[in-house]
Amino acid sequence: MVGIVIVSHSKKAAEGIFELAAQMTGKDHRMIPVGGMEDGSIGTDAIRILQGIQEADDGDGVVILADLGSGVLSSETAIDLLEEDIEVVIADAPILEGAVGAAVQASIGGTLKEVVEAAEQAKTLSKR
Amino acid sequence: MATKIYQCMQKIGEDIIANKDFLTDLDAAIGDADHGINMARGFTEVLQQLPQEEEDISAVLKKTGMVLLSKVGGASGPLYGTAYMKAAGAIAGKKEITLEDAKNMMEAVIGGIKMRGKAERGEKTMLDAIEPAMEALTKGLEAGESIEDCLGHMCEAAKEGVEFTKTIRATKGRASYLGDRSIGHQDPGATSSLITLEAIRTFYLENIK
Repeated sequence: MVGIVIVSHSKKAAEGIFELAAQMTGKDHRMIPVGGMEDGSIGTDAIRILQGIQEADDGDGVVILADLGSGVLSSETAIDLLEEDIEVVIADAPILEGAVGAAVQASIGGTLKEVVEAAEQAKTLSKR
Repeated sequence: MATKIYQCMQKIGEDIIANKDFLTDLDAAIGDADHGINMARGFTEVLQQLPQEEEDISAVLKKTGMVLLSKVGGASGPLYGTAYMKAAGAIAGKKEITLEDAKNMMEAVIGGIKMRGKAERGEKTMLDAIEPAMEALTKGLEAGESIEDCLGHMCEAAKEGVEFTKTIRATKGRASYLGDRSIGHQDPGATSSLITLEAIRTFYLENIK
């Protein structure tokens, strides 16, 4: 199953988004929230994102949903540091809506490409 | 006794930490007011975690980069983390570095920052200090100047680069939200880069020359 890593500056935000997305999939997911710094303060940590990628992967690849600024920079750094042969894509999508879409697609057995597409469809999700 | 590279990193760390409030104030004007706090947090951890007796300069710089990646928190974490790791890669295994090595390290650093930040010079970032600094050092090196003179020119160019960031608008990072209102303020990242280069020069003059 495609893995999903949720990267936010805030531990609470990452865990909250994880909770929402996991509600859609039940136990059937490989989703890891990586929020905030190790001490709980606001920020992103490339090393913990790297560990999240390793944990989320079971061979089918990993999609990252990231929030602003260093959420993306730290995710890119984590991918560069990765020594294993794991295919990782940062979805160009809003973190919450993207995570929900990706989680559903991954849980029904979607490929990496399909999961990324599902996440990125969230960009056009209209709310009015 | 601690190695020279440890002592040099200690000098850089102490100068960054001493400028915590200054850097944060600069960032408060055009960003999210965390640059000094984040950099000080990162370097406090660097000073605790760096091995004091490791002679391999690249190993010390790589470790510095790894610690900054995980402890800084903001965009300067991946940017400075990548910079130190690229610098390490340019001098793999070396226990001494020449001016030529320094030039190669700075080129690698600039390449790493451009890749990571998708930025170019002239966008009000750390590149506006580091790229002219590298060019000045290279010019001195090619003219056969002394290390002292080369480092002096390097720091002058970085300082002019920081001054230049006051005249331009930010197009990268949080400051870009301000558009033209970012003009008139110096860039915090360029400033911390200048502090780093000046710390290296001071360390050379006081401890190596």
